[in-house]
Amino acid sequence: MTAALRFDPIRLPEKCEQLRKEVRAFLAEEIAAGTFDPHKPNREDTDAPEFSRRVGAKGWLGMTWPKKYGGQERSFLERYVVTEEMRVANAPTRRFFVADRQSGPVLLKYAPEHIKMEILPRICRGEICFAIGMSEPNSGSDLFAAKTRATKTDGGYLINGTKIWTSSAHIADYMIAIFRTSQPTKENRRHGLTQFLVKMKQPGIKVNPIGQITGQYEFNEVVFTDFFVPEDHVLGEVDGAWKQATSELAYERSGPERFLETYYVLTELVRAVGPNPDTRSAEGIGRLVAQLHTMRRMSVSVAGMLAAGKEPVVEASIVKDIGTVWEQQLPHRVRDLAAFVEETATNRETLERQLDFAIKTAPKLTIQGGTTEVLRGIIARGLGLR
Amino acid sequence: MAESDNIVVETAEKIFADLADPQTINNDKTNSWQAPLWQALSEAGLPLSWVPDDLGGSGASLADGFALLNAAGRFAVAVPLAETMLAGWLLAQAKIASPEREMTVLPASPKDRITIDADGALSGRSRGVPFAKAAKHFAVLAHGKDGVSIALVDASKARIESGLNVGYDHSDTVTLDKVQPVTIKAAPDGVDQTNLMLMGGVARSLQIAGALESMLDISVRYSNERVAFEKKISKFQAVQHNLARLAGESAAALAAATSAADAIANAKSFNDEVYLEAASAKIRCAEAAEKGGGIAHQVHGAIGFTMEHILHRYSLRALAWRDDFGSESHWAVELGKLVANRGADELWPLVASR
Ligand SMILES: Cc1cc2nc3c(=O)[nH]c(=O)nc-3n(C[C@H](O)[C@H](O)[C@H](O)COP(=O)(O)OP(=O)(O)OC[C@H]3O[C@@H](n4cnc5c(N)ncnc54)[C@H](O)[C@@H]3O)c2cc1C
Repeated sequence: MTAALRFDPIRLPEKCEQLRKEVRAFLAEEIAAGTFDPHKPNREDTDAPEFSRRVGAKGWLGMTWPKKYGGQERSFLERYVVTEEMRVANAPTRRFFVADRQSGPVLLKYAPEHIKMEILPRICRGEICFAIGMSEPNSGSDLFAAKTRATKTDGGYLINGTKIWTSSAHIADYMIAIFRTSQPTKENRRHGLTQFLVKMKQPGIKVNPIGQITGQYEFNEVVFTDFFVPEDHVLGEVDGAWKQATSELAYERSGPERFLETYYVLTELVRAVGPNPDTRSAEGIGRLVAQLHTMRRMSVSVAGMLAAGKEPVVEASIVKDIGTVWEQQLPHRVRDLAAFVEETATNRETLERQLDFAIKTAPKLTIQGGTTEVLRGIIARGLGLR
Repeated sequence: MAESDNIVVETAEKIFADLADPQTINNDKTNSWQAPLWQALSEAGLPLSWVPDDLGGSGASLADGFALLNAAGRFAVAVPLAETMLAGWLLAQAKIASPEREMTVLPASPKDRITIDADGALSGRSRGVPFAKAAKHFAVLAHGKDGVSIALVDASKARIESGLNVGYDHSDTVTLDKVQPVTIKAAPDGVDQTNLMLMGGVARSLQIAGALESMLDISVRYSNERVAFEKKISKFQAVQHNLARLAGESAAALAAATSAADAIANAKSFNDEVYLEAASAKIRCAEAAEKGGGIAHQVHGAIGFTMEHILHRYSLRALAWRDDFGSESHWAVELGKLVANRGADELWPLVASR
């Protein structure tokens, strides 16, 4: 027996449940205060700075990081619970989520001490927003085709080129980006990329908005023209970014955000159907709930592996593949099931508005954070096929 | 549920490896392999894992027994191991001692009902009963005017119409017509037909997950051997992606089944959270059997479609097991009703309860 992948049935410890109650209470207060509407996923307030600060004040950002950097030294599973509750409530997390999940951990691992001391506590306080600069116009799945150059100059590097699809670049204070510092070698086409910390909102960077088919605007083109990055903003090994980038993927790919993005339509369907569903609705809901429950148990299991210091790259890829395909199909299944919902259902209008938005959101879900095809390639490698 | 430190699973895997090699079984058209396998399993006390020592069993934990069923699924053994375990478990709930030899449980479908007559005799029909033909005794859950009882019934007293499921295993119709049980006792609180079906459903889920693990293994191996267009078919991206999806289905089935087993093993009662776990496992594993089995056959090409090849031992059984103790459609309807009844705002708290 070689290929099988085990997902141990770990349970969230008691203290997570306590925390879950606190997060729910906090979110209920925010909703009551009008910070956001949980029934309106198509919000325009992608930038909610005050909400970020209040989440930071609760100690829910950088939760697992060392205290000396503003963290709480809490467990990865506690962070998991906070993420889940924020997602399910449709809370405006965009401003802090990337920094909390990804950028902060990269800095913790690779930034010089004075930069950690300067930036990490600000992330924990919910003051700053991060973007990720990987994709380029001719380099998405094929990350190693990236061309944006970082050329050595006095005391640092000059950056020239274009990043694209950069989420939140228009509100970000920093970006962690990969740039080409030298050419790939014959033996290793992954060689030659370096990770940098980039301070945004400076001369030499131009952020151009790109509209999305949902009607929202959240990603951008970012053009660098002779933009200066100081030497101490290099993160990790020069020319060795590929190793760094791939080891972080398990964090990016297995969390609850990878199957809950369109979840709200399921709740709203249950509301519209009411307490006595017909057989067809009951069966449809039952199947969706069973699928959701299974993915969540897999995702919690991967969180447990991460907490135990493992690198479950294949397992995380499986969760992302199954999760994003599910959240992509969900609005369409809900639409099928909603076809016979009573005209008089009190939330009919909300459901229809949500479906409209979720159906427009769906096409991106299997693309962001690594496409389905790329993930299946990673799984195939894990199975020993390549 | 790590298999390495589980003595019950280790013992079972050794017996399966020695006496239930799928290729040998597949070549044997007489079923002469069954007797030595059953004897070895019985001598190791495995069929009565869930029966305490004082009731004639070996008193393994629920968790160990569930892990054993997963291992049995990995070998897709066609002996009434799961059925005898479930029967022993049911009898033990009412403190009825288990006899030796093969057993199975009635009813095997949530829709069938066995009733207790005024004089204590049992009547009713149960369809799709796995291995009824091979069983010497039945553990029966029956409804009387005083509630639910559990009974031990001599199989020779019942009328049995033979049937085969899609996996070519016996799936029979058992009719009890005023049959006096060997023993009958009131079921304790919390043991009812729904919970028996959930328990059976989780057993089947673990078997399906095990069968999928094996299908993934043999499909990966085959793709690394078979050459077409001058390369191993494992090098074609389309084949790789199919196998990645099979790995996902196998992983999802295993995760759902082991999670449900863990929930039952640690629960004090069959509450809503356990219901969610058990029903979800049956639904998701059945879906995985369909999708995963389809891919395994696709990767094997025509060879997997032959009786000579072992693939069908796993794929058809996994499909057949979907039907026992409530199909996925049945559980989906029931779970959907439960969710609707609790209300929209209680859905997430239910899902996030563990
Ligand atoms: C909403 C959203 C937000 C995003 N945010 C960010 C961000 O903040 N920062 C950032 O850097 N990027 C971001 N991205 C970009 C995202 O990571 C890329 O879109 C993704 O990596 C795919 O790259 P691409 O769009 O260039 O498509 P391509 O790589 O051109 O892919 C096109 C198609 O070809 C397939 N394909 C490509 N190569 C292979 C192969 N080897 N085998 C099989 N199939 C293949 C792909 O799977 C896909 O189906 C975001 C994307 C979206 C949709």
